[in-house]
Amino acid sequence: MTMVYDDLGDEAADEVPVRKIRFTINGKKKMAEIEPRLLLVDLIRRGAGLTGTHRGCDTTNCGACTVLVDGRAIKSCTMLAVQADGREVTTVEGLASASELHPLQEGFKQEHGLQCGFCTPGMMLAAKELLDRNPDPTEEDVRWAISGNLCRCTGYQNIVKSVLWAADKLRAEA
Amino acid sequence: MFPSRFRYEAPHSLDEAISLLHDGGDYVKVLAGGQSLVPMMKLRFASPELLVDINNVPGLAYHRTDPDGSLRIGALCRHADLAFSGLLPATQPTMTAAAPLVADPLVRNRGTLVGSLCHADPQGDWASVMLALGGSVIAQGPHGRRAIPLAEFVTGPFQNVLEHDEIAVEAVVPPPAGVRAGGYLKLERRVGDFATVGVAVAIEMSGGTVTRAGIGLTGVGGSTIGATDAAAALAGRPLTPDSVAEAAELAAAAAQPRTDHRGTAEYKRQLVRVFVKRILNGSLAQGAGATAERAA
Repeated sequence: MTMVYDDLGDEAADEVPVRKIRFTINGKKKMAEIEPRLLLVDLIRRGAGLTGTHRGCDTTNCGACTVLVDGRAIKSCTMLAVQADGREVTTVEGLASASELHPLQEGFKQEHGLQCGFCTPGMMLAAKELLDRNPDPTEEDVRWAISGNLCRCTGYQNIVKSVLWAADKLRAEA
Repeated sequence: MFPSRFRYEAPHSLDEAISLLHDGGDYVKVLAGGQSLVPMMKLRFASPELLVDINNVPGLAYHRTDPDGSLRIGALCRHADLAFSGLLPATQPTMTAAAPLVADPLVRNRGTLVGSLCHADPQGDWASVMLALGGSVIAQGPHGRRAIPLAEFVTGPFQNVLEHDEIAVEAVVPPPAGVRAGGYLKLERRVGDFATVGVAVAIEMSGGTVTRAGIGLTGVGGSTIGATDAAAALAGRPLTPDSVAEAAELAAAAAQPRTDHRGTAEYKRQLVRVFVKRILNGSLAQGAGATAERAA
């Protein structure tokens, strides 16, 4: 990715620390030259151009920027992009295959788990980690698993139903 | 938001990390889970010149019990590792109760127990738990390792006794004198909010007598509070409704709550009283008191 800096003269230019990282995003191998202060959410949105990961509160509260790093759901506004070096990142764009929605995406459609859609990618990835770990969750398990993700449309009821729908479907397919 | 500019190093050994800290200048921070440090850097409350990321140092992600019964938690053991631990439920009731209440599931996937102790936020859950359990922090520096009891480790809000070239490499819970009981209760307005009040109680029972007790209070003072008088009221006697009531009163008296948007000082003090009773009554109901009654 290309970074543009203010030109403050040669001496200052030498002080801009730039590091080269290699990482995998949705199965594709990538390289980037970045400043260490770049946040993972910006590497994903501005660097990789994957805008399905949303920047919500930017203060580690809302979970809209949730992605999987090595399979664990984390807030990408609260991890440095440089820390993704050598890691595997999965965003909402990585859920569907070329022709089919992921059961979680299908579940959100079937059970009307989306309202405005802003929290949805984060909800799905937090739910993905839950279902990877626990294929048969109770409603309470689902509520705890998404407790770090805020929905401001007050749509939790249908989000919980959507995740349970996906769990049923994944179990039926297994 | 993004942090101000810093140099970044991600060493692959502790020795390398320590020498980076040693030579690193005036303002160096160690980055483990980063769930407090990164937000603080984004808000420019912290602007370190050098960040030493220890996430690539191998062999720090463990929690394990030693043959002598002490529990060791490495610097890269995440809260989630403890919340899903197969090891803790049988022997560590207070930690088992606390782990799923730390922050939210996403933060728990990155944040670490040792980092939380170092951050020394008076609202942090683990400091109360470790204080109640009589735990220590192991610090490693250029001249070797030293163990620092938690009561001495935290010196005030967001302050600890680590030297600039020391890394907290693990936390240790000593072996119990008998069977452990206890728990952790927290009131929060919503998941992930700072605790209105949190109470950690850890007791050890042997032959119907409480051989050791510890009580730590979260969010009701300028730093984590060890309710030592309350703990002393439990130790050396059987666990009974009377000793529970006495401990609850003394713990409430040790709290230094302030009225804020989360509640009045008196409300928070009452919560301390209720939580101490609730945890210990739970231990009584689970049998910690049954043997005590027979012994008495």
